[in-house]
Amino acid sequence: MNELLMTVIDWSRAQFALTAMYHWLFVPLTIGLSLVVAIMESIYVRTGDDRWKGITKFWMTLFGINFAIGVATGIILEFEFGTNWSNYSWFVGDIFGAPLAIEGIFAFFIEATFVAVMFFGWNKVSKRFHLISTWMVVIGVTLSALWILVANSWMQYPVGMEFDPGQMRNVMKDFGEVAFNGMSMNKFFHTVASTWTLAGAFVVGISCWLMWRRSNVEGARRSLKVGGWVGLAGILFTMWTGDGSAVQVAKVQPMKLAAMEGLYDGKVGQELVGFGILNTDKVPGDDLEAIHCEISIPYGLSILANHDPNTFVPGINDLLNGVALTPEGDTINTVSYSDRMAMGRTAQEALRQYGVAKEAGDTAAMAEAALTVKDNFQYFGYGYLERPEDAVPPVALTFYAFRVMVMIGGLLLALFIACIVLGKWRPMWIEHRLALIIGMMAIPLVYVCSQAGWIVAEVGRQPWVIQDLMPTCAGISAVESSSVQLTFWLFLVLFTGLLVAEVSIMARYLKRSLSNDIEKL
Amino acid sequence: MKRIVQFYIDGFRRMTIGRSLWLLIIIKLAVIFLVLKLFFFPDVLGSLSSDDERAEAVRQTLTERSR
Repeated sequence: MNELLMTVIDWSRAQFALTAMYHWLFVPLTIGLSLVVAIMESIYVRTGDDRWKGITKFWMTLFGINFAIGVATGIILEFEFGTNWSNYSWFVGDIFGAPLAIEGIFAFFIEATFVAVMFFGWNKVSKRFHLISTWMVVIGVTLSALWILVANSWMQYPVGMEFDPGQMRNVMKDFGEVAFNGMSMNKFFHTVASTWTLAGAFVVGISCWLMWRRSNVEGARRSLKVGGWVGLAGILFTMWTGDGSAVQVAKVQPMKLAAMEGLYDGKVGQELVGFGILNTDKVPGDDLEAIHCEISIPYGLSILANHDPNTFVPGINDLLNGVALTPEGDTINTVSYSDRMAMGRTAQEALRQYGVAKEAGDTAAMAEAALTVKDNFQYFGYGYLERPEDAVPPVALTFYAFRVMVMIGGLLLALFIACIVLGKWRPMWIEHRLALIIGMMAIPLVYVCSQAGWIVAEVGRQPWVIQDLMPTCAGISAVESSSVQLTFWLFLVLFTGLLVAEVSIMARYLKRSLSNDIEKL
Repeated sequence: MKRIVQFYIDGFRRMTIGRSLWLLIIIKLAVIFLVLKLFFFPDVLGSLSSDDERAEAVRQTLTERSR
């Protein structure tokens, strides 16, 4: 790969990472906070207690600020597909287009109707209809996320399609398999549950801040309870679906799992690294120690990967040599990465021959080339690698991001349990200054956790933009690196501006609420 | 229909914090669609006239890059 192309790849990846991560600052709060608001309004409608109406309106305004700032930030990602990733966009065909189109329709429909009723409908429509509208917003934003995550999952686990060498794109054969396979469902529930966790932590953090300022203490106490319960449900569900994701990853993206664990040579009854310092000098095939100061949980990784302590979990070296886990959890010797590279090159050469035959109008040669492409397409992307080790993702970033995610997840679980238990039996303890500081810290921590989760998912699947079929170096457009650099900085300014605007509008609103009674909004 | 329109008009009129949010949304959308999309994000394959040409362009790029 020439130097110039590498620069374009690096800048395009950096740009996509920047926009996706900024986008993901706004989206989870929108999804999660919509649920919090709907629960609070349900309590209001059920009890008829007007104080809950005020509390609902308070959180609904914060939801509205975040919604308004975040809306349409995802469109920029679609621009990038067309400009920086044009080969990839064409190659994925209608598989990416269909879920994104459904998402667009859902988003427009929900935003134009139910969000308007939610904000403008107080005292204009019946309590019940207003409540239904709020729940419709919850359902709408959640389903909207479903289609985006279906598209993302397909990149991690491309199924339900067939490559057409004539059109040079993948054609959907089974929508059900694309949309509802184990990977997409796990990713959807895991991500949505993580948004509940994030919103729960946000509500806990803001409520603690109100208590710290001795303002709206009763409203804050009530909010804290809802935030604690939503957060607890979210983190438990996130952990449960995270376990399901690990089983999926072990089978369909085993290299990602190996990178998450810094595991080079697997074994039966593989332990899980609880703590360790990764040896960054370690490369596949050498004899260096992979992790220093390791503290491990015996059999942990085998249980995580296959729910069986005696499962063999392949490491990076094993995978490069072709050892893998079957969907049933059995260890098999499959195609080594060197052989995959050879098969990928065969498919690519056949694809070239298909083009030559097409130009010459030789249908027999076209059919023969198409058959060769089909037989080797499973490893098409490996043909772009220069050596097997190129298929190993950045181990350090994946390893540490995974630990940050899990560690903060554990802290949040303890925090939510403490909120609920202390809120019920020792309410005064929650109002202790130290407890309030811990509660406020939940907000930055949950955002770090959420971003770390995406780093594990997306960095861990490198170098693939579509697993096994297309590495990033093939998906990129032949554009000037200077233009990608320019738009990278433009986005940085734009998104930072939006973030500053959101934080300052929220801060202004919260400061104003210090002198208002939020229960009488 | 008239009631629905009135519902939206009333809603927008009564907005307090929402006014600055709407201003922000309009500025943001203008920047995204009128500046970024028009000047910085051309559809690379969109300049080709047919799907056949696009497919050939992608074939050429993908097969050349493997060499």
